[in-house]
Amino acid sequence: MKLQIGKFMSMLRGLLIVLKYAFKRPVTLRYPEKKRDLPERSKGRHHLTKWADGLERCVGCELCAIVCPSQAIYVKPAENTPDNQVSKGERYAADYQVNMLRCIFCGYCEEACPTGAVVLGNDYELAGYDRQSLIYTKGMLTEEKPGESGFDPNREI
Amino acid sequence: MWIDIIEVLAKGLTLVLVLSGCAAYMTLCERVLMARMQLRLGPNRTGPFGLFQPMADGIKLIFKERFQPAGADTLTYWLAPAIAAFIAFFAFGLIPFGPSFEFMGREINLYIADVNSGILVILAFTSLAVYDVVLAGWSSNNRYSILGSIRGTAQMISYEIPLGLSILSVVLAAGTLNLPGIVEAQAERWFIWTHPIAFIIFVICSFAETNRAPFDLPEAEHELVAGYHTEYGGLKFGMFFMAEYINILLVSAIAITFFLGGWRGPGDLPVVWFAAKLAVFVFFFMWVRATLPRVRYDQLMTFGWKILTPIAIANLIVTAYFVLV
Repeated sequence: MKLQIGKFMSMLRGLLIVLKYAFKRPVTLRYPEKKRDLPERSKGRHHLTKWADGLERCVGCELCAIVCPSQAIYVKPAENTPDNQVSKGERYAADYQVNMLRCIFCGYCEEACPTGAVVLGNDYELAGYDRQSLIYTKGMLTEEKPGESGFDPNREI
Repeated sequence: MWIDIIEVLAKGLTLVLVLSGCAAYMTLCERVLMARMQLRLGPNRTGPFGLFQPMADGIKLIFKERFQPAGADTLTYWLAPAIAAFIAFFAFGLIPFGPSFEFMGREINLYIADVNSGILVILAFTSLAVYDVVLAGWSSNNRYSILGSIRGTAQMISYEIPLGLSILSVVLAAGTLNLPGIVEAQAERWFIWTHPIAFIIFVICSFAETNRAPFDLPEAEHELVAGYHTEYGGLKFGMFFMAEYINILLVSAIAITFFLGGWRGPGDLPVVWFAAKLAVFVFFFMWVRATLPRVRYDQLMTFGWKILTPIAIANLIVTAYFVLV
């Protein structure tokens, strides 16, 4: 009998707890109108950054492609020549592709990069109508001006 | 003669329209309410605050493909949703929503039928609601459906008994079976104060009668897909859905009439008080659904037969003693 009363009281307590939650602020956001404030270091789409003098940071070492667990990165390196100095090293990336359909946003590429060229930004709204449009090529990934993607162009690794 | 028929038709049409609207907006209300209790927002895309959501749902249901499973019994398959909706609407004809008033030289009663033994008719019709569950489950030629309908039948028959017994104690106190008469008998004191145990039993049984959580075994989503209406789609499913919500309104209206003084309340606002009490009851139904998990089948039967029925009988005997002495 005592046990039954205890069960009944716990039911009532449950009802009150649920009622209390009805007056709390919902955790859901009205998404397209309101967006969540992301933490500064949250990982979204990639950027290929440049040095402050406009030279590309990527030296075409392919370490990012090697470390990538989902094999989303393709790097096609090329040699720098005196009249075509793209990066500070011997090589640069002639093509750099990130397959956003494969990428799991683990950030290993960013950690592996010896020059801090590839970084993960905050932009997470990556959607497209076909698979082609979700393979981001070098032109889409490279920032136009140094520091444009929100990373300090003078930072050292 | 003609004017009587017109009056009844007008009242009936108003009732059907108001009830359908209420049922439609109860779905929205329930979704938003349950969402808020689970820290979600609920539907808010269709129209301002999602207010057009029931219309969108209705349009979607109307334009669905007409579908019938192979091996289904055609007549009963089509009849079952109609029975469900009909019974849900029908019993409302007896509920008094307010006192009678003068309109264009005629005395208009705010109920459609003044049946001498109104309680008996209501109980008879709520018992008939078993038929739509049985026929729907049996005719759709589906194991889940038949399981759901067997459960539903057993549950509704079991809980009919304490429900009737709890109402009987009110009948004893009021000395009449007539619904306006019962509301009249509560002029001084609502029956909830003199019959609290009967009220609690009635509320518990009404949850079981309407197949709502925590007694929603006939349509248990997690075990039986959707129970007896698994094979129904489109507007036939819509009928079941509407009948479920109108049944909630119906048991709430019966509870209000029997225990909470019907349309009585402070100030001269009879229909408003009725609607307010109804809203509180509907909120309670949704609140309980958001909180309590489904009971197991044997627990349900044990609770009905070994706890509720003896308590209801004891309550009836005690009430009879006090009425006699």
